[in-house]
Amino acid sequence: MCGIVGLLVKKPALRPRLGELMVPMLIGMTERGPDSAGLAVFTEPLAESRRKISLYSGMCEEGADFNWLGLSHELKEHLGIDATIAAQGNHAIVTASIVPEPVKRWIKERYPKLHILSTGRAIDLYKDIGTPAEVAARYAFSGLAGSHLVGHTRMATESAVTPDRAHPFTAGEDFCLVHNGSLSNPYGVRRMLEPHGIRFETDNDTEAACRFLEWRLREGDDLETALQRGFEALDGFYTFLMGTADKLALIRDPFACKPAVVAETDDYVAIASEFRSLAHLPDIAHAKVFEPAPEEMYVWNA
Amino acid sequence: MERMNFDLAQVPLRELNAFLHRDAPAQGVQKVVVTNPDGAHNIAVGLDCPIDVEVHGHAGYYAGGMNKTGTVTIFGSAGTGVAENMMSGRVQVKGFASNGAGASMHGGLLVIDGDAGLRCGISLKGGDIVVGGSVGSFSAFMAQAGRMVICGDAGDALGDSLYEAVLYVKGSIKSLGADARIEPMSEADYAAVKELLDAAGLQHDAGLKHDPRDFKRVASARSLYHWNADADQEY
Repeated sequence: MCGIVGLLVKKPALRPRLGELMVPMLIGMTERGPDSAGLAVFTEPLAESRRKISLYSGMCEEGADFNWLGLSHELKEHLGIDATIAAQGNHAIVTASIVPEPVKRWIKERYPKLHILSTGRAIDLYKDIGTPAEVAARYAFSGLAGSHLVGHTRMATESAVTPDRAHPFTAGEDFCLVHNGSLSNPYGVRRMLEPHGIRFETDNDTEAACRFLEWRLREGDDLETALQRGFEALDGFYTFLMGTADKLALIRDPFACKPAVVAETDDYVAIASEFRSLAHLPDIAHAKVFEPAPEEMYVWNA
Repeated sequence: MERMNFDLAQVPLRELNAFLHRDAPAQGVQKVVVTNPDGAHNIAVGLDCPIDVEVHGHAGYYAGGMNKTGTVTIFGSAGTGVAENMMSGRVQVKGFASNGAGASMHGGLLVIDGDAGLRCGISLKGGDIVVGGSVGSFSAFMAQAGRMVICGDAGDALGDSLYEAVLYVKGSIKSLGADARIEPMSEADYAAVKELLDAAGLQHDAGLKHDPRDFKRVASARSLYHWNADADQEY
């Protein structure tokens, strides 16, 4: 199974309430995905030269006691980076003026078990094992602010229940993807991507789709072209919801094997696997509710 | 007591369904109004008495499934498998229906005022389905008996591997499934379409919106009924 949720607020005044509006959506998908949950939230982008990196220490020995302050000192000492670290238990967001790749390489060498969740100017990413309500409370999702977000509740079928195999998956910068379904050719896609220098961090099928689409975007495809190539290259069951710095995008496989429903008002676009997760939203009775068609692209601008 | 209200924001769904199964027939309740369905699954499944159930809002999966003699009207949309395996009675969706609407129905009438998703009427075993809008791909797949009226368009592979069910389509058909073919309409077919449109109430709501003469008949060529060893997997 698995549940997906997405929310994009159209009015800047609603941005501080993004998390609060979303938490019941995520919890509403608990029956579809009780073993892990996660979300990526897109905020006002940082200045051109700055990046933020979301980090997860839950797979380190120290877990939630990870020495984030120590990491900050080491970044200064070894790389000369003045980073600000906003830490919350096993999660932290490191913000600095950096070229991300060398910094991420250094982090991976120095702390191999520290998981890099996301990189970008707008994206913050959280994911962990536990019920959606537990994960939402652990990271105070209800206080999150931003223009749009992508969330997921997982019932694992294709790989183990671990934090790094939870969704969203990311690749590159300011790109993430959540998936309801299962791919039948993820290893073919991986074998096609690996000669291009693309490395995988898990054995999860969704990671193949995520890295495929991000690779196409990096090669210069616009989102619509990349998604069209996705229809051709990716085989299996899927409803994919993707986030970029300024867009939400949704596609369903040609057989529409996995559900999705959209509710749109003047204030927001909300997407969920089932209407159950949309029922609490403000003014939902007057929303335009529809089921996205298979093999169509739906793209909303933040 | 002739009428009961259930607010699913206050009362668990099991209480509603237990009432519909046990108390409603015993007490002779004729009408149950359900508010705040909020996409809950299994609303009013397994009805077994001639009761009238109104659902005000969007229903989740399998609403009105296995219905026998009841009438379920959903003033909203329906999730996957609305009226799945209905035996008799009537289920009407005023909005759109998701995938597998009326799957495996044996009898009764399913009316969907809006569009239906994929696999509408899959494995239909009897009864009638009237869709005011369009149906998605693989609708009426392996439909064995019964009738479908589609006032809009049909997606890919309509009526794939049809048995004896008959489909009437007003709009375009993206593609026919294996062994499904368009056949000439007879007077009996025009009468059947008129009867079903009337029963669905789609004629009266908007005047003479649909003329039975505009419908095409899709039925089985029956070439898959017997194994053909020479077909070489070419169908």
